[in-house]
Amino acid sequence: MVDDLFLKRKAAQIRKDLIKMIYEAGTGHTGSSLSNTDILTALYYGVMNVDPKNPNWEDRDRYVQSKGHAVESYWAVLADKGFFPKDELSTFSQFNSRLIGHPNNKVPGVEMNTGALGHGLSISVGMALAAKMDNKAYRVYTLMGDGEQAEGSVWEAAMSASQYKLDNLIGIIDRNRLQITGSTSDVMSNEPLDEKWRSFGWEVVEVDGNDVVELVNTFKKAPYASGKPTLVLANTVKGKGVSLAENVAGWHHKVPSQEEYEQAMGELTKQLEVLQ
Amino acid sequence: MNNVALKANSGNKIANRKVVSDTLLGLANVNKDILVLTSDSRGSASMVPFAEELPDQLVEVGIAEQNLVGIAAGLAASGKKPFVASPACFLSMRSIEQIKVDVAYSRTNVKLIGISGGVSYGALGMSHHSVQDLAVTRAIPGLHVMMPADRHETKKMIEALIDYDTPVYLRIGRNPVEDSYLNDDYHFEIGKAVTMKEGNDITIIATGETVRVALDTAEALQNDGVSCRVLNMHTIKPLDEAAIIKAAKETGRIITMEEHSIYGGLGAAVSEVVSQNQPVPMKIIGIPDEPAITGKTPEVFNHYGISAANVSRIAKQMIGN
Repeated sequence: MVDDLFLKRKAAQIRKDLIKMIYEAGTGHTGSSLSNTDILTALYYGVMNVDPKNPNWEDRDRYVQSKGHAVESYWAVLADKGFFPKDELSTFSQFNSRLIGHPNNKVPGVEMNTGALGHGLSISVGMALAAKMDNKAYRVYTLMGDGEQAEGSVWEAAMSASQYKLDNLIGIIDRNRLQITGSTSDVMSNEPLDEKWRSFGWEVVEVDGNDVVELVNTFKKAPYASGKPTLVLANTVKGKGVSLAENVAGWHHKVPSQEEYEQAMGELTKQLEVLQ
Repeated sequence: MNNVALKANSGNKIANRKVVSDTLLGLANVNKDILVLTSDSRGSASMVPFAEELPDQLVEVGIAEQNLVGIAAGLAASGKKPFVASPACFLSMRSIEQIKVDVAYSRTNVKLIGISGGVSYGALGMSHHSVQDLAVTRAIPGLHVMMPADRHETKKMIEALIDYDTPVYLRIGRNPVEDSYLNDDYHFEIGKAVTMKEGNDITIIATGETVRVALDTAEALQNDGVSCRVLNMHTIKPLDEAAIIKAAKETGRIITMEEHSIYGGLGAAVSEVVSQNQPVPMKIIGIPDEPAITGKTPEVFNHYGISAANVSRIAKQMIGN
């Protein structure tokens, strides 16, 4: 059993790693990556069965990041887990680096190339269906954005997951209520999300998506009903952990200046110090 | 050149879609990882017997082509061998981004069978015609593109695809087509054009159902003393460049024929090779840049000059006699 303090410290450390990556590369999805850091930390340190030394182990749990752009936290987690050397993070977005601005399955641990929104859940349905066909116990986790819910293909996939009774599939919505243009409710309202997903045959669980301990407990309890896929509606704060970026749509893919970088790293270092 | 049916006299009543289904059913009985995915298309794909005999190996996705291809990619990434059977018009357009990203870019071993392709939906109009699919699919890196000439080649192709570790888009038509081969007792190789008939004066390079028209054209030309080579370019990508360059060198003139837009398909692919390696006069025969006229396939072909009468006339013009 992983202890709570370890998880919280890990999330803070991942935030520091991703801010450094984005600052050094001069590019990246700062707000989006800070938003999903706790979800990735919960999955990779508290929930999923993966083996960094054997990334293609056939019984591994699968993670598909449908909101591909929030990749910096993902790279930081995979490096920290040992899927590839941590010093490779400094190549992020550099010429010909495999650590590009979206998940890339040339990198050990990454299942599929994503980046075009609305693809990940369909892929995950295929993976979960294969597990059912082969009587395998692995689970499939897919992270989507709340802005991504405007893609029609999400709902095609949602329908098919309940049709095939995929209770080994866990969809997660990083619901930070902001997208690149502004508030998701202004751009294209998708509420009530919980009722929409329930009406598509999913069990819906709402959690604080920046509470890594609550996330671990929520994932571990799935499935919530036999024969039904689970949708974890994770209420998050875009830019979480860095005060100047929190809840500001403009930080979707803004890169910190030197001053902002120092402020962000100072805040995150303090958060780590408190978690002793 | 063995096995080539030089004259169309088979009276074949079996559509290529039926051959795809029968061949896959035989193979899937042995290999349980072979799956067929349909988008409410099991009837159009002649997959009803497959669904009845192997219900656990047929995945129905409903009328949702994006999800269809995404699910196939996820299944392939989990060790399955998915064959997607969906109308070419929808498969090559509605789900093209899934084909590009989830299949080709992610390198998942998905076989995409575009059924009822070209103008074979006839009277249903442009929404159901697919004469842009070769252009779109061949521009995607990592995706191979094929089109069989008749039922015999369809069988050979499906058998070859089972252990072919590359994603493929394969287009077939809806209706029975006259045979171009006498039987399926011959060596088939992906990416290698078949010389259906030798010739020295001109080469016709055809693909899919136009191979039969090309053979008939060559026959007509022979009666007029013109020696016409016929290449069956069943694989559009990877293209058999050597066969094209050889034909350009040895016959000096090339005509291409395809059930596809004159933009971006076989004619374009061949001219890319010819113009950069062995420039010779060329003619591209296909569907012009307009919503294709509606009617039965032979009527549409005749309307656009995809016929032995028209192409032999053009060939003679090119030769200058």
